[in-house]
Amino acid sequence: MAKEYKGRVVVPGNVQAEALVTHTGFNTLANLKTAGSFLNRKGVLQDMNNPEIYGKLMPGKALCLPETIGSTTGGMVLYCASVMGVGPSCMLFSKKADTLAVAGAVLTANWSEHPIVLVDGLGEEFLQEVKEGQMITVRDDGTVIVEDE
Amino acid sequence: MILNEELLSVQRGEQGEAMRKVLNTLVMYGEAFGAERMVKITGSMGHAVIGTGSMTWGPVFDLMDELIAGGALPKQSFTTDPRGVEPHVPMSLADRVMFKVIFSNQKRMEKEWQRMGIKDSNAYTCTAYMSEVGNIPEYGDILGWAESSAVSYANSVIGARCNRNSGILELMSNILGYVPEFGLLTDEGRKAKWIIEVKCERLPEPQLLGSAIGFKCIEDVPYIKGLDRWLGTELTQRVKDYLKDMGAASASNGSVGLYHVENLTPEAKKFGEDLILEDAQVFVIDDAEIERVKASYPNPWQEEGEAQLAFAGCPHFSCEQLQDWTERLMNGLEEHGRDKVTVQTIFCAAPDVIRSFKTRFPLYYDRLSEMGVTVSSLCPLSYTSNPLTDKIRIITASNKLRYYSKARFYSEKELVDILTGGRTDG
Repeated sequence: MAKEYKGRVVVPGNVQAEALVTHTGFNTLANLKTAGSFLNRKGVLQDMNNPEIYGKLMPGKALCLPETIGSTTGGMVLYCASVMGVGPSCMLFSKKADTLAVAGAVLTANWSEHPIVLVDGLGEEFLQEVKEGQMITVRDDGTVIVEDE
Repeated sequence: MILNEELLSVQRGEQGEAMRKVLNTLVMYGEAFGAERMVKITGSMGHAVIGTGSMTWGPVFDLMDELIAGGALPKQSFTTDPRGVEPHVPMSLADRVMFKVIFSNQKRMEKEWQRMGIKDSNAYTCTAYMSEVGNIPEYGDILGWAESSAVSYANSVIGARCNRNSGILELMSNILGYVPEFGLLTDEGRKAKWIIEVKCERLPEPQLLGSAIGFKCIEDVPYIKGLDRWLGTELTQRVKDYLKDMGAASASNGSVGLYHVENLTPEAKKFGEDLILEDAQVFVIDDAEIERVKASYPNPWQEEGEAQLAFAGCPHFSCEQLQDWTERLMNGLEEHGRDKVTVQTIFCAAPDVIRSFKTRFPLYYDRLSEMGVTVSSLCPLSYTSNPLTDKIRIITASNKLRYYSKARFYSEKELVDILTGGRTDG
């Protein structure tokens, strides 16, 4: 049975995407610094410090996470990845989203044709329950529906 | 968000479409954190995080062009992060060609920065707050900076107020002259959720202590107790350098943008334990925890063997650190009967700091060259984004560099031992 969660909308949108889950901070620069270039056309995640998602594909995924960490290039790296078609379709935070993630999503909403939908405050249970590969539907009122595997 | 008359005019488009979009972006950003107003930037200079014309950042440079074309230019001069490479750094032809490709936007970016009013061509460093560079905010200044280590330093060591702004957002803040008021700009946002008790036998190396703090606190503010035993209560250059390196490490393993050090950093001296939230958690860092953190780093090398390249100075060294590391190498080489370092080594510092080092310590500068050390103002993180370096065995004592590259981490002492022939692993 599908499970429904309700979060706070930072960048609204209706999206359906496959879940990619990290239970520790997502280091945006370490993961996506070459994404979209000839060095990493497919958008493979490259943070060796995060074995849970290292080597997995980013494009179009519903990234489920507690927060982003690391360099303050984070927001602009998300913006670049999104413009080049290798960013996540949405970012779903268990906690309140951090400044760098919000910056990235806000930049895409105001300066590109590919906004990253961002919903936060979904709660610890959301991150504990959601599994990689599950289909996720996000509605523009902040409802997040996680389908059965 | 309530806007003043100046910003309402921007919102009505009276300063052009680009400015209107800049304002809307910053308002949306601030509202996500409950900001109710925009506050004026009071620092005399900005600091940006983009110093490398990376090929993957084309969309950023397109956006900068759009801003320039729309007349949306920074209100004040600024410094920015280091360039990715410099011509005098020894490298193979293949490396040189690859750098041309991966930094193909470098000239474009530098031209854009010039049009936007960058301080000067030496303004490329992550430590613009060094006295030689001169981008030094005052206590209490409101800033719109980016660069995690610089934000951490400005907040913690200087007592200025700055959120961990992203690249582009820092530029837009500088263009508007305002930032949304929330988080580390507020008294409440500067209070500590963690009490870190340092109970090591001796002063831990800053990069390792910062690393342990970053892992634990993630984005929260720590109040650190016990460091004044070794660091004292005055912000000497040696102490500031220690805090610079500690803060950079905690901002890369986690996203710590502000820390207070009991009896040492300005707000801790002024407000003491009033800075600690009532429900703050306590975490003890002892020698075992430092060792555990170091042992937890992944081994990034594809093949074992002797190290081929070493970096120190990430974040960029101060003049005093250049002096100190020169002495460490000279002493180590003398002890082990060698003339040159065992591994090609690059020390990194701001262009203005290097110039000052050359002037103040000309013999040391020459000595470094004789020992086989190149002094450069490049950014090791950007340098190691060259895919050819993936196959090179790089060593460093920088947590930030080891996080973002395939460099293997050694403590400062271990690194000096390897470079001077005191140990052969690495």
